[in-house]
Amino acid sequence: MDNFVSGFQDAFQLIIDLDPEFFEIVRLSMVVSLTATFLAAIVAIPFGTWLGIKEFPGKRFLVRIIYTLMSMPPVVIGLVLFLLFLRNGPLGEFRLNFTATAMIIAQFVLVTPIITGVVFNGTKDRGPDIQDLARTMGSSPTQTVWLLIKELRINILSAVVTGYGRAMSEVGAVMVVGGNIKGHTRIMTTTIAMLRNMGEYSLAIATGIVLLLISFLINSLLYHWQQER
Amino acid sequence: MKLNKLNLLILLLVLALPFVTACSSNSEPAPAEEPAPVEEPAEEPAEEPEAVDDYEELMNTELILATTTSTENSGLLDFILPTFNEMFGIETKVVAVGTGAALQMGVDGEADVLLAHAKTQEEELVTNGDTLERFDVMYNDFIIVGPPSDPAGLLDNAPADVNAGYALIAENQAPFVSRGDNSGTHIKELSLWESSGVGTPSGDWYIEAGQGMGDVILMANEMEAYTMADRATYLSMKDDIDLEILLEGDETLFNQYGVMAVNPEKGDHINYPAAERFVDWILAPETQELISEFGVEEYGEPLFFPNAK
Repeated sequence: MDNFVSGFQDAFQLIIDLDPEFFEIVRLSMVVSLTATFLAAIVAIPFGTWLGIKEFPGKRFLVRIIYTLMSMPPVVIGLVLFLLFLRNGPLGEFRLNFTATAMIIAQFVLVTPIITGVVFNGTKDRGPDIQDLARTMGSSPTQTVWLLIKELRINILSAVVTGYGRAMSEVGAVMVVGGNIKGHTRIMTTTIAMLRNMGEYSLAIATGIVLLLISFLINSLLYHWQQER
Repeated sequence: MKLNKLNLLILLLVLALPFVTACSSNSEPAPAEEPAPVEEPAEEPAEEPEAVDDYEELMNTELILATTTSTENSGLLDFILPTFNEMFGIETKVVAVGTGAALQMGVDGEADVLLAHAKTQEEELVTNGDTLERFDVMYNDFIIVGPPSDPAGLLDNAPADVNAGYALIAENQAPFVSRGDNSGTHIKELSLWESSGVGTPSGDWYIEAGQGMGDVILMANEMEAYTMADRATYLSMKDDIDLEILLEGDETLFNQYGVMAVNPEKGDHINYPAAERFVDWILAPETQELISEFGVEEYGEPLFFPNAK
């Protein structure tokens, strides 16, 4: 229990100290996860919406694959990307391993199926009605998708929040492709894993508490915004 | 569909904040924590608990061994532990973590016996009464590996002088991957930078990974960087990587392992009788012999050199 008590004390200390190294870790965590989630949303929202209203052969199979990818272990994604990015690997020339870019790509791959799946689920239920409405209004296909996105925004928002939560909390993939390099690719979750391995339990707990606080803050803002609308 | 502009603004600001803040804070590495000097030889723990001489009582009990990743990753434990388990019928659970965590497990009473390689810190545990007496078990050695191109010229100028080698690496600003995880290896590496006159290394060429030995070797291989590795881990990965041994054989690169039983006064859950057996067993001539045989078949050379007294 001592570790938890001193963990809370350390967390408080970390926040008031504004230690530049710790601040940089928090900053990088947010940059990586927000960028990955943003890019994933750009791809996944239109794709999930389209999937929800469109019927075509092989759709059930595709949906099943997306659901499978939703539960893909991050460490597997990390491993696959790591091997692709190896110096002698197929994408070696870009020298992506151990960079923040690789971490963003990993989280993008992780989050895209999640946002797609959740958006698809919401669209599937209410999509056809909205589509009918669009048709009676004589909308073009682009306008139809736009209307769908607008009408289903709450579902889309929760999809994005889920995706962001997954990105921010993930450690397996970023550890593998990022390498937890101090000052370059060290983020909050990899710091926690490292501190645990170093036996610095209370500092690890403290970092975890700060991570939770940030998630709480972002979620509160997003949901508050949603209710205002 | 009314949109609260203020809320939207706050949200956007919060989300944009981390992108805007310049990351100028290229903070210099925190000063390496000097291990506190060991003051006096350890006081013998007051009273040795009664030894259980009956093997029967130890049968089917569990022994938790906290050790460093090198002993597990190299395969040494898989090689020698079965004889211990057979002899006493004790099931040994190996928790392989960094030295810092392994020793912390001893302090917390989470392990029964410790096998680590950070003598100064180990002796501190003995002094503090966290563990009983510490015994030398074996040593292995560290090597400096790097890309075949050897940009700092270690092989030509300092093939067996680690101080000169480190100075060359720093001078040439050749990329060097550090464990950066407070492990025994990391602490050793820091002391070598100190003794080579470089002091506390910093700069873009000095990469602090905060990961285990295997990961660090892979990173160095990918980044065509130097690193300090234990021979065992390096040899076990040799076939898959390009890194070559560029500096070896300096006596300061020898790495002493010690074994300690956790103080049974930490609670009834400490399996002291089994820990005592383990310590006796690993120091016994037969086990020491076994340690010296490990790796010979596969690599043509032993990886650990027993030196129990």
